[in-house]
Amino acid sequence: MIRKLRLLLAAIAAVTMFAASAFAGEVEVLHWWTSGSESAAIQELQKMLQKEGHSWKDFAVAGGAGSNAMTALKSRAVSGNPPTAAQVKGPQIQDWAELGVLANLDDVARAEKWDSMVPGVVADIMKYEGHWVAVPVNVHRINWMWINPAVFKKAGARIPTTADEFFDACEKIRQAGMTPIAWGGQAWQEATAFESLVASVGGNDFYRKAMIEADEKALASDTMVKVFEMFGRMKQYTDKNAPGRDWNLATAMVIKGEAGVQFMGDWAKGEFTAANMEPGKDYLAVPVFGTDDAFLFNVDSFIMFRVSDPDAQAAQKAMARLILSPDFQIVFNVNKGSIPVRSGIPEDAFDAVARDAIKAFEATARSGGLMPSMAHEMAVSPAVRGAMLDVITNFFNSDTSAADGARQLAAAVAEAKM
Amino acid sequence: MPSVAARTPGETAARVAIYAVLGLFVLYYLAPFFVMLLTSIKPLDEIRTGTLISLPHDVTFEPWRKAWGYATIGVTNEGIKGFFWNSIRMVIPAVLLSTFLGAANGYVLAKWKFKGSDAFFAMLLLGCFIPFQVVLLPMARTLGLLGLSESMWGLVLVHTVYGLAFTTLFFRNFYVGVPTELVNAARIDGAGFLRIFWKIMLPVSKPIFMVSIIWQTTQIWNDFLFGVCFSTGATQPVTVALNNLVNTSSSIKEYNVDMAGAIIAALPTLFVYFVAGKYFVRGLTAGAVKG
Amino acid sequence: MNQSARPNNFFSLLEGALPRIVVAPSFVAMVIFIYGFILWTLYISMTKSTFLPSYDFVGLAQYVKLWSIERWYVACRNLLVFGFLFIAICTGVGLMLAIFLDQKIRAEEYIRTIYLYPLALSFVVTGTAWKWILNPGLGIERLVREAGWTSFTFDWLVNSEMSIYAVVIAAVWQSSGFVMALFLAGLRGIDDSIIKAAQVDGASLPRIYGRIIIPTLRPVFFSSFIILTHIAIKSFDLVVVLTRGGPGYSSDLPATFMYAYAFSRGRLALGASSSMMMFFMVMAIIVPYLYSELRRKRHA
Repeated sequence: MIRKLRLLLAAIAAVTMFAASAFAGEVEVLHWWTSGSESAAIQELQKMLQKEGHSWKDFAVAGGAGSNAMTALKSRAVSGNPPTAAQVKGPQIQDWAELGVLANLDDVARAEKWDSMVPGVVADIMKYEGHWVAVPVNVHRINWMWINPAVFKKAGARIPTTADEFFDACEKIRQAGMTPIAWGGQAWQEATAFESLVASVGGNDFYRKAMIEADEKALASDTMVKVFEMFGRMKQYTDKNAPGRDWNLATAMVIKGEAGVQFMGDWAKGEFTAANMEPGKDYLAVPVFGTDDAFLFNVDSFIMFRVSDPDAQAAQKAMARLILSPDFQIVFNVNKGSIPVRSGIPEDAFDAVARDAIKAFEATARSGGLMPSMAHEMAVSPAVRGAMLDVITNFFNSDTSAADGARQLAAAVAEAKM
Repeated sequence: MPSVAARTPGETAARVAIYAVLGLFVLYYLAPFFVMLLTSIKPLDEIRTGTLISLPHDVTFEPWRKAWGYATIGVTNEGIKGFFWNSIRMVIPAVLLSTFLGAANGYVLAKWKFKGSDAFFAMLLLGCFIPFQVVLLPMARTLGLLGLSESMWGLVLVHTVYGLAFTTLFFRNFYVGVPTELVNAARIDGAGFLRIFWKIMLPVSKPIFMVSIIWQTTQIWNDFLFGVCFSTGATQPVTVALNNLVNTSSSIKEYNVDMAGAIIAALPTLFVYFVAGKYFVRGLTAGAVKG
Repeated sequence: MNQSARPNNFFSLLEGALPRIVVAPSFVAMVIFIYGFILWTLYISMTKSTFLPSYDFVGLAQYVKLWSIERWYVACRNLLVFGFLFIAICTGVGLMLAIFLDQKIRAEEYIRTIYLYPLALSFVVTGTAWKWILNPGLGIERLVREAGWTSFTFDWLVNSEMSIYAVVIAAVWQSSGFVMALFLAGLRGIDDSIIKAAQVDGASLPRIYGRIIIPTLRPVFFSSFIILTHIAIKSFDLVVVLTRGGPGYSSDLPATFMYAYAFSRGRLALGASSSMMMFFMVMAIIVPYLYSELRRKRHA
């Protein structure tokens, strides 16, 4: 009641202010984009919405890569009073859609031709039973290595394109007295490196079987044992202070030349830019060895909860439309360091790393190498992902053998699927 | 307790040892705060290059100004000041309500026992051991039914309810120590339930009120879990805003601003301890620990 | 209650009912918000609930599952280790500091305030500072090494075997001052004449404390045990902020386990069963203790 009243008041206020626009509603947006550049990016959306006469009620909850926000969202939903839009991604979109609480965005999608602009793999995640229920915002590529070429040069090592070259380079860097791999010892960061190795060792088909379909045979296979072996081999090239380290501190090690390489998604770019380093010269961003033809993606997205108020519906639809508009795609992704999720965006606003990523995005969308990231909650259900992360992080922080690692992975996933 | 008169060498040595131990613990307790304070007045470059306890070369108060007034939180660039007042508006009613209810309960449980009142007390005590995560979803549903979700009063209700066990414990233990003869004498004089509370109990209750208020203020002010789940946007308490400032998922971490924000968020509770701290021990002495 | 009042007078009936009326709101709140919710959780723990509550009954399947997950055993073992050390050290340190502070110490009030202030701060506030201090590359280890002791090692935070002990250090920091205040209050409440009498009898100071003073502090031990157990069970922020349960999941506690499964992983029923197990564990420890303490008092 109070809420409706408030909506009404907001609407009245908006209408009187913007007499020109017929519909003016409020969107309450739950998101976890609170850092400086992310917030700057999302503020653009707020401004665009306000220009159309809608108002924005902010519901920001940072922390734990959205896990705090998801807890808040669940309690709001259970209270019978969900926000109008929420940042939800990956398979969780399906969970919410299954409850029948999401708004159908088909008419916006049709009018804006989303189906022809957004790659099918991404669109599938946004759809429930063929209907659009979520709006994709951006694309991050996960399988990057961030390299300080000066470190490699000093150690006399080559920029690696194969696993052998990689470990050879690590050995040289270590002998030169530096840390080869800048490692952030948190489960999600370890999984980020791990899944790149899955694609590297097993190829795209294997990645799809293991990390997307969570096929137990693939998870327990000899190929997976090889992945674990390689993953375990990396440990000797990390420093002992790695456990618990935040990803940005690991990036700082590369920036300062204390370490040679970091496995991280392309948000790491922001740190290099802030340190006035130039891509291609002061630092390199190359796909993880053996994954040139793979693009593990993390796509952020918004779901819209069904509302009955026509003004709020109008505001939701405006928000959905604006998110995929070229203007917002450019301003948001330039700020956030990601790339546009849709085609037809001029590339000149983007830096060299992003342009590389855009090319790879388009190429892999055609070749089938465009695949959702397990570590970043795009590929499997939270339960299965959690089980995988437990095994991966426990393996890396204990003396488990590679064979046991693969066995445990298959067993944990089987348990989580039940 | 030992006499202050002339000390033997052994006693002097003992006193030196006591002071040494106390001093060591002063360092232990102060260390984190010291690190936070130092970091909050250093420029970012010095944080990157220096050690934890290296003194700043260029003292700057900009991080403090930024955290308070213009740091980015959510989609606003207005720092944590607005959220600070949210917390104050929520903490005051919640503390007062839970304290008064605790006082009333404690009075009954200490002086007006009825059949089942001990069981009630035991259940209340046991109840405070459930982890709060457990109650999130049912609480959300209940608040929704009451029409209190995403309102400040919802949070006030939650904090009042989950503070009751401790406030009741404090007051009951305190009132148990008030001589029952006093109460009985008043009853013979014809004083009733309310009058005895008003005339006999309340006047001696100041210390225990202090304890209850201090305890509840810190507990409620520092709560994050309930704040994050039962509030939204502009009504979020300061701990949630601080989390949004500190726990960002990407881009540059401004540790000095984070630390300044953290200290600012902690100032009210620190203030309460520094100003009212002496009442705390006094209040506890007056009976809260008599079991 | 007031037996002497005239029984047929409305006001005296009201007067008699007043104590019950006064506690009624709290009673209702307790029944709904504590025990109602516990029952709800118990029910959810026997359902298939995944990411939101659902109500199809599956019996004890979730409990069977819970006890097949290795991480749960790690969390339980950690709670035992953490809980025991936390309660023991806080009590020991608190008692020692209280006794020392009670020796007519100069600037006692300031020292006391310094000991107490950590209680005013949440780990959302102090977490980062603690993480730095305990991190070998940034904190104590580095400082000591730079001071010249180059082989000094203090790497608990990043060591799977020791990470839970690092958590204990920060937890003790926060709560031991409060225990000190409880004991100090207890000491101040003791009648001086008892001690004087003992001194006259020629008893040494340590002996007086050991034989007379500490035993009279029994209620304080009780209060602080209740409060510390309560804090230990609920310790959550602390672990999230310091280690996120790592390295691996070596410093996971039941509370963080429960949160991860119930909220981050969409396994609400399993999370509910873990919280019920936590509740049962607490009951197993607290109820006998509570019972014996309350009984003792009744007999005293």
